[in-house]
Amino acid sequence: MTSVDIVGPGAAPPPPEEEQLPAGVAGLYQRAWLNLRTGNLGPFPIIVGEIVVVLIFGFTATNFFTAVNFVNLITQTAGTAMLAYGVVYVLLLGEIDLSIGYLAGIGALIVAELQLPGSSWHMNGILAMLIAVAACALIGGVQGSIVAFVGVPSFVVTLGGFLIWQGVILNKLEQRGTIIIQDRWINYTDAYIFSHFAGYLIAAILTALYPISILYKLVVARGTQIAQQNWTVVGVKAVGIAIAAFGTVAIANHGKIITTAEGLPLAGVLIVIAFVVLTFLAKWTTFGRHVYAVGGNAEAARRAGISVPRIRVLVFMISGATAAMGGIIFAAQVNSVALTFPPGNLLLNAIASAVIGGVSLFGGRGEVRGALLGAVLIGTLQNGLNTLNVSNGWIYIITGLVLLGAVTLDTFARRLQARSGR
Amino acid sequence: MSDSPPLLELRNLTKSFGSVQALTDVDLEVRSGEVTALVGDNGAGKSTLIKCIAGTHSPDSGEILFEGRSVHIHTPKDASRLGIEVVYQDLALCDNLDVVQNVYLGREVNRFQILNEAAMEQTTSATLKSLAVTTIRSVRQPVATLSGGQRQSVAVAKAVQWNSKLVILDEPTAALGVAQTEQVLALVRRLGEQGLAVILISHNLHDIFETADRIMVLRLGRNVGSFDRRTTTQQAVVEAITAGVPTKVAGITQSTEPPA
Repeated sequence: MTSVDIVGPGAAPPPPEEEQLPAGVAGLYQRAWLNLRTGNLGPFPIIVGEIVVVLIFGFTATNFFTAVNFVNLITQTAGTAMLAYGVVYVLLLGEIDLSIGYLAGIGALIVAELQLPGSSWHMNGILAMLIAVAACALIGGVQGSIVAFVGVPSFVVTLGGFLIWQGVILNKLEQRGTIIIQDRWINYTDAYIFSHFAGYLIAAILTALYPISILYKLVVARGTQIAQQNWTVVGVKAVGIAIAAFGTVAIANHGKIITTAEGLPLAGVLIVIAFVVLTFLAKWTTFGRHVYAVGGNAEAARRAGISVPRIRVLVFMISGATAAMGGIIFAAQVNSVALTFPPGNLLLNAIASAVIGGVSLFGGRGEVRGALLGAVLIGTLQNGLNTLNVSNGWIYIITGLVLLGAVTLDTFARRLQARSGR
Repeated sequence: MSDSPPLLELRNLTKSFGSVQALTDVDLEVRSGEVTALVGDNGAGKSTLIKCIAGTHSPDSGEILFEGRSVHIHTPKDASRLGIEVVYQDLALCDNLDVVQNVYLGREVNRFQILNEAAMEQTTSATLKSLAVTTIRSVRQPVATLSGGQRQSVAVAKAVQWNSKLVILDEPTAALGVAQTEQVLALVRRLGEQGLAVILISHNLHDIFETADRIMVLRLGRNVGSFDRRTTTQQAVVEAITAGVPTKVAGITQSTEPPA
C-alpha cells in the first residue's frame, strides 16, 4: 500500500453503506430500471435505433435483408468507422479535426503512388500501407503540435489542413487522373474473404476477449475488497457479444460481394481489431486515462503533472493514422484513387458517427464503441435508403434528422442524469 | 504547544512583483499535528506566501526550512517531493472521472502503462476511510455527482495520499453551505489530529476558531500577529487583520507576541 497510514486510534468508522442491488436476474432488471429512470442510457438507444432501422428496411426494401447486402454494408461502413475512432479521441480532448477527410485521401494517394508498378519506388503493398499510415500520423502530429504548442484553435489548424490536403490531392490527380491500385495486399483490406471456418475462428477469438478481460480483472483484484462484478451483467454482455460475432460471420458466410467467394470480409475484421486496440488504449492504459483527464479539466491534468501538450499531439497522431487506414479501405473498395476521393460526406459522416454514438463535443465524455455503433447506424440507414432507391438529397436529410434526434435524446438523458445526481 | 522544532519555518521571506512589495520579511512556523490558520484581508499576501511554499513562486530573499533543513522550492514537483501538497480553491478535479481516477490522477498505479484499477480502488477506499469520509457512496462515482463538501474531501484525500507531511488548504469552505462546512472543518481537524501539519487559509473567523491551533495574521505583506487560539479572542484577531502593526521592523529584534 502506498498510502500513509493515518488512522488514529478508534478513528476508523464503519464502512459506508453501499446501495446494494440484489444479484441475479432481479438485480439486472432493477439496475436497468434504475438506469432508465436516471437517464443513464448507455448504448441502448442506438442499438434499439439500429434494430428499428433494420426492421423497417427489411420489410420495405426487397434486397436489403440479404446476405450479399449485409457483406456490402460491412465494407461500406468499415472506412467511416475507422475515421470515427480517431474522431472519438479528438472529441474526448474537446478538440476537432476537420482534416481527416482529406487526410484519408492523402493516405490513399500515398499507397496508390507507392504500389505503382513500373515506378522507381514500387514496393510491396503492406510496406506502402505502413508508410502511408505513418505519414498521416506524422501530419496529424504536426497539426496537433500547432494546436498544443502554439495555441491555435484546432478548428482553425485542421481547417487549414482540410484545404491544404485537398489542394495536394487536386494537384496530384488533376494531371494524372485516376491511379489504379493493383497490389493485392492493398485491395485485400476491403474484400479479402475469409473461409467459413476461419470466420468462425475469428468470431470465437473475439467472443473470448471479453471473458478474458473479466478474468484478468479478477486476477488483479484477488486479495482486495473492491466491488465485485455483477455476474448477470457480465453474462448478458458475453452472450450478446457472442451472438453479434457468430451471427455476423454466419450471415456473411452466405453472401459475397464482387469477389467469387462467400464469407467474412477482412474490412470487417480490421474495424473490430482497431476497435479492440483503441478501446484498450482508452480504458486500460495511463495514456487513455490522461486523455479523459485533459478533456475533463485540462488545468487539473496539468497540475497533476500530466504533460497536456504531449497528450494533444499524440491524439492528433492517432486521428491522422486512423484517417489513413480508413482512406486505404475506401481506396481498396474501388481499387483506385480518383479526384472524387474522399467519397461522399466522409468527414461529416465520421464526426456524426461519433456524436450519434454519445461522444460529447465538449470533451471528456464518450467511448470508442459509440463510434462503431454510430457508424453502423449511419451505414445501415444510407445503405437501406439506397436499396430503396431514395435520392441522395433525401438520404442527407434523413441522416441529418437522425443525428439531431440522437443528440437531442442524449441531451435530455444527461439532464435527467444531472437531476438525479448521477 | 509542543517544543519540537517546526516542520516548516519561513524566515524573512520577501517577494515583490515589480514595484509591488507582496511580502516583506515574513516569518512563519508550522508544526506537525497542528492546524495553522493564515488570515488577512484581500491583498495581505496570503496567496503569494503559499505559492512560495508550493513552488509556484520563488521568494526574492529569505529562507525556507523544512524539517530543520534549508530547502529551495522552485517547482510544484519540488514541493511534492518534500511532502507538501496544496488543495487549491478550485480543487482541480476532473468532473468526468470517478473518485479513484481523480485521487490517482497523474500518478496512476500501472505496470507497462496498463492500469491496476484494483490497487488504486482499494487504497482510495482506505484513505477515505482513514479520513472518516463516510458520505461518499461509491469511489467509482464520477466526481460530478458529488456535493461540494464531498468534492473537498476527494481533493484532500488526493493531497494526503502521497505520504504528505504538510497540507495547505486554500479557502476550503468558501463555496459551501453550513452542514458541508462543518464536515470539511471536521476533516481539517482530523488531519491535524493524525499528525499532519495543516495550513488553513480562510476569511471566515468562525471556521478558524473552530479548527486552528495557531493563527497567523498578515497585513500588507507583513507579519502583524501570531496568536494561540485558546488564549485569544476573535476581536483581537480582527483588530490585527484591519489595523495590525508589524511585529517586526528592520533593525529591531523580533517580538513573539503582538501588542495586546
